Parts: sequence; structure tokens; C-alpha cells
Amino acid sequence: MSTAMNDVMIEAEGLTKSYGRPGARVRVLDGVGLRVARAGVHALLGPNGAGKTTTVRILATLTTADSGTALVAGHDVVTDRRRVRRAISLTGQFAALDETLTGEENLRMMARLSGLPRARARERAEELLVRFGLGDAARRQARTYSGGMRRRLDLAAGLVGSPEPGVFFLDEPTTGLDPRSRRELWQVVRDLAGRGAAVLLTTQYLDEADQLADRVTVLDQGGIVAEGTPDSLKSRVSGHRLDLVLSTREAYLRLAARAVHHSPETRTLGIPTDGTAAHARALLDEIDPHRTDVDRFSLHTATLDDVFLALTTAATEAPAHV
Amino acid sequence: MSDAPGALTRATVMTGRSLLLSRRNTDAVITSMMLPIMLMLIFVYFFGGAIDTGAAYDSYVMYVVPGVLFLCAGFGSATTAVAVSEDMKGGIIDRFRSLDVGGMPILAGHVVASTIRNLVSTALVFAVAVLIGFRPAATPAGWLAGATVLLAYIVALSWISAAIGLLARTPEAAGGFTFFMSFLPYPSSAFVPVDSMPGWLHGFADHQPVTPAIESLRGLLLDQPVGNTPWTALAWAAGILLVAVALSGALFTVRTR
Repeated sequence: MSTAMNDVMIEAEGLTKSYGRPGARVRVLDGVGLRVARAGVHALLGPNGAGKTTTVRILATLTTADSGTALVAGHDVVTDRRRVRRAISLTGQFAALDETLTGEENLRMMARLSGLPRARARERAEELLVRFGLGDAARRQARTYSGGMRRRLDLAAGLVGSPEPGVFFLDEPTTGLDPRSRRELWQVVRDLAGRGAAVLLTTQYLDEADQLADRVTVLDQGGIVAEGTPDSLKSRVSGHRLDLVLSTREAYLRLAARAVHHSPETRTLGIPTDGTAAHARALLDEIDPHRTDVDRFSLHTATLDDVFLALTTAATEAPAHV
Repeated sequence: MSDAPGALTRATVMTGRSLLLSRRNTDAVITSMMLPIMLMLIFVYFFGGAIDTGAAYDSYVMYVVPGVLFLCAGFGSATTAVAVSEDMKGGIIDRFRSLDVGGMPILAGHVVASTIRNLVSTALVFAVAVLIGFRPAATPAGWLAGATVLLAYIVALSWISAAIGLLARTPEAAGGFTFFMSFLPYPSSAFVPVDSMPGWLHGFADHQPVTPAIESLRGLLLDQPVGNTPWTALAWAAGILLVAVALSGALFTVRTR
């Protein structure tokens, strides 16, 4: 059991944070806790303003929580922030690079600041440029890089001086990237975890969490609304959904109560199913015995989108529980 | 994997970075070097003939060069504000902080680089001044004292400029702020004797920080009696530096909270 304890690289509990002047304080974080293990990718999923970046900044020692505790790589983020800083790599929302320096110069500078001697810094920079597919661009200024290259350089810069495997904080690493660059970056993140790193990434893209994370924490308005593996979260909405486009408004209203997904504009209802042909056939026969009410149907595998919408808008929209 | 680098290594790396950044931003550097030279030529050849600086000076160029050197320091330091502001705008400060590099090494790097840039442009202005007839007559001690006063002002102005960079919300605003600083030499004895200004301006012109600096540098370079102006000048520079360091430390904490 003790090895399992040592494998927890990020452990936070009850983090709260408010911003603003006294009297007009806004609570941006309200009791957030999470645990990220070595060789794991944990996604903090939520819309803008959910508290994702604040959580990362607290864990990366860039700001302090009003209450709550957090250990990163076994060190307290407040009382032992030096040690924490030595153990982590941070890639923020804005590329933390000098645009007019070359890729190589950027990495060498970060390596020197992490305490590598000159020669070792040069080696390490070169090694990372090659590993991140930037070998040919090493001597070009960063401002000439594409969005994807810049992100990779940024990741490399976060990595250059820290011990590997370490702890990575990636704040919306793929925001603004084209689909191909996103996939390349995903591969980089998988490689990091494959080497044993603990990765905490924030994202507002559900497919990203689905693709990369082995655990997901869904944040909304500073609080945790769900936590689990992508699959367990998806199963909370139901495995599959049969989406029916109904021919009349009457049929729509008659069936609305049993649906978990409603789209009145397109007269579409989503009914839970286990996804088997037998169940779908039986369901259609039961719902539409005269074969006139349902125009079209499609089988829909629940995505994290469904989870997300169901969880973050649970109070206002149709309930999503099965 | 490696020990934390010492304060000296951090400051050295940050200085190297700032110098490299200025080398890549040649437009701004050249402008900050050319402006004082242009102004010197304008004053010497366009206005100089009409300005009476008294019998102590053979020609206007002998009078104006020390003032131009301070003007040069003002322009040269101003780019620091823009550079600091650029840093604060991007994510690089968070990266530095996550590497445990605090505000002081970052700002010190900018200030040292600014000082080195300024020394180069000062040398350039000085060379042009000699070409157009400036003939200093300083004693070795005078050279040393004059250089010390100028250096102290360059460092102090650079650090004030760094504080302005932290204060301004955008690099553009930072550039605008420093414009005022560059104009401080005008209401002083830099270009015309204070006596020739309207009476209400004397109080300010006589007691503002740039005046004792210019008076002492001019006196030292031309081997004239300077009284205690070098000490007044150094006291001003030290005071400005102290305020700027304290202010920028506080501003950095506020901006990165």
C-alpha cells in the first residue's frame, strides 16, 4: 500500500479561492480536490470560468489558495514551494516563449535557469528539439513557428530542466490548434505519461479528455460536479441513445417524458438504450406501432459532451439521470 | 537532477536574454541611438548660434554635449519599460516563476542589459560629439567622476523605466510613459542656461534631478569648478534607484498575484 501512496504525485483537498475586493469578492474555487497518480493523465474539464486555471496556478505555486491543502510530488505547495517548483513543468495558456529568440536559444535559457551547466544545457536543448520534432527549426526564431510547433516548443521549455518523469501542468494545451497539430500534441502528452509522468491537463474539449485522460474531473463554477474515468462518466448518462426524429409535434410531446435528450427545433428525442439491435427494434415497435411517428433515427454513443451538458446544466435543462 | 542555480547565474542568464532580445529588436535600439545624435546636430547647427551660453564656453557644442548624453540615457532606458511590459503581457513570467526565478533577477537582467546598451550609445554619441568639435579637458579624476555620475543615472533611469513597464498595462502605454522621462532634460540647464528661462520655471529647473547631473558632468568634462554638484547628483541617483527598486518589487508582487 505504501508504494501506492508514493505513486500519488498530485493530491489536493478542499481548495478554495476568491478574488476581488472585500465586499465584492467572487469565489472562483469552492472546495476542489483531486489526486493524480504517476504515469497518469488527469483532465480538468469545464467551461471558461469554471476554475481550471486557478486550480493549476495553485498547484504550480503561482498563487495561493484561501484554504485547503495540496501536495505535489510529496511537497506542500505553500510551505515547500521551492521543492515543488523543482519537480514540476508548467505550460500555461499563453506560450511562454521569447518570440524573437530561436527555439534552441529558448530551451537553452530555460535549461540554464533550471541549473544545468552550459554544456549540459546545450545537449538537453538539442535532445528535446529532436524529440519534439523541432530539430530542423532549432535555429529559427520562435515567431516563425506554426501554432503546433510553438506549443511543442513551449512544452519542451517546460520540460527542459525538470527531472523526468515529473509532474506536468498543461493549461489548455491545444486551444487554437488545427486538428493535425492537436493530434501531434496528444501524442506528446501520451508519451510523457508513458515515461511515467503525472499529467494534469485542463481542457474545454470533451473529446480531448476522452482521448487522453484516464480520470476526469468536471468543474463548473468553481466546484466539482463529477469525477471518474471517462467511461464511468459516460455510463452515468447511459451507454447509448436512440435519437428519433418525429414526424409530428403531437408525437414529440407524447414521447418527451421518456427521453433523456430533447431538441424541439428539430423534433428530435433521445431515448436510452443498451445499443443492441434487439432492444432498438423493440423500442421502435413499442414507441411507433403504426410506423408513422418516427421519420428517421440514429444510434448515438454517449460522449463526454452529454455528461458535461447533463452535469453542468442539470438544474435548468431536462434531467439526464437514467 | 540539478541544483538550483545561484542568484548570479540567474541574473547573468536573464541579462544575456535581454541583450539577445535587444539585438533582435534592432529598430528600437537604432532609434534610441539615432535620436540623441539627431537632436545634438539640430541643437548645435540650427539653434546653437542663437543661444548665448556665456563667456565660459568657446562654442555651443562645448555647452550642450553633457545634456545630450543625459538625453541619450533617457531614450536608451525607455526601451526597458517596453521590454518589461512585453514580458508581463505574455506567459513567460509564469514560466520563469515556476523555475523559481523571481522578479528581481528578471528586472535586474533588463536593467543590466539596458545599461550595456546605454554605454554603447553613449560612446557613439560621444564620438559624434568629438567629430563636430567637442574637446573635453577633464582630469583623470574628472573623467572617473563624470563617468560615475552618468552611469549612476543610467542605472537609476533604467530601473525607473522597469517600474514603469510593470505599472503600464500594455507595452504601448509603457512606451508613452517613458516619453515624459525623456523630456526631463529640457527644463534644465541641458540646452540653455536656466537664467534664460521664465522666473517661475527656475525653481523646478534648478532643483530637478537632471540639473545637478548635467552641471557636474559639464564641469568635470571641461575641468571647471563643480562644487558639490556631483554629490547632489549621486544622491539623487541613489534616491531614484532605491525608490525604483522598492516600487518595482512591490509592483511585481501585485502584478503576479
